[in-house]
Amino acid sequence: MMILINTLIILSIALGTFFIIVTAIGLIRFPDVYTRAHAASKSATLGVMFILIGAFIYFWAEEGVYNPRLLLGILFLFITGPVGGHLMARAAYFSGVKPWKGTVKDDLKKEYDRKKACEK
Amino acid sequence: MIDVILKIALTLFSLTIAISFYRVAKGPSMPDRIVGLDTIGVNLLSMVAIISILFGTKAYLEVILILGILSFIGTIAFSKFLERGVIIERKSNR
Repeated sequence: MMILINTLIILSIALGTFFIIVTAIGLIRFPDVYTRAHAASKSATLGVMFILIGAFIYFWAEEGVYNPRLLLGILFLFITGPVGGHLMARAAYFSGVKPWKGTVKDDLKKEYDRKKACEK
Repeated sequence: MIDVILKIALTLFSLTIAISFYRVAKGPSMPDRIVGLDTIGVNLLSMVAIISILFGTKAYLEVILILGILSFIGTIAFSKFLERGVIIERKSNR
């Protein structure tokens, strides 16, 4: 039973570390802000959730304490990570950052032009 | 066994913080820097979780929640400043 729980903790922490490393590679390699925000908001959120699940299992199994704070942290990150990514990308578009030159479809351009015309 | 895994994970997290600091320092536009800072906040949070496993103490678990909340508020404030020009808007005179 102890071996099973230790394997679960190690697996969860290793998966979380893997997703965070993937985030770092995405931050270096991707060409523009939108793809970088895509990498940072999704895989970093998933990685941190795995790490916190590992910590929760550790404190529950090894020390016998049930921590609702870690569960609240997981829930909060799950809600706020994608919202933060969305707001960053939206602020980037409306502050005038151009997408990568290989982008073929730009659905937000109409809205951007309408907002520009409204301000004038 | 679990100690070794935790120390390797801490090393990789500090590598990730260094990489996102590179993005903060170099990033061609302002939203790039916000993305890098948000990633640094998330990494700090998971480092605190791993350190509290390594020390075997429950005293640092509030820090995780508070870092999450502060990083979210910082991201929201920065992106609202970039989009609107102000963070807290005045009331329009009715």
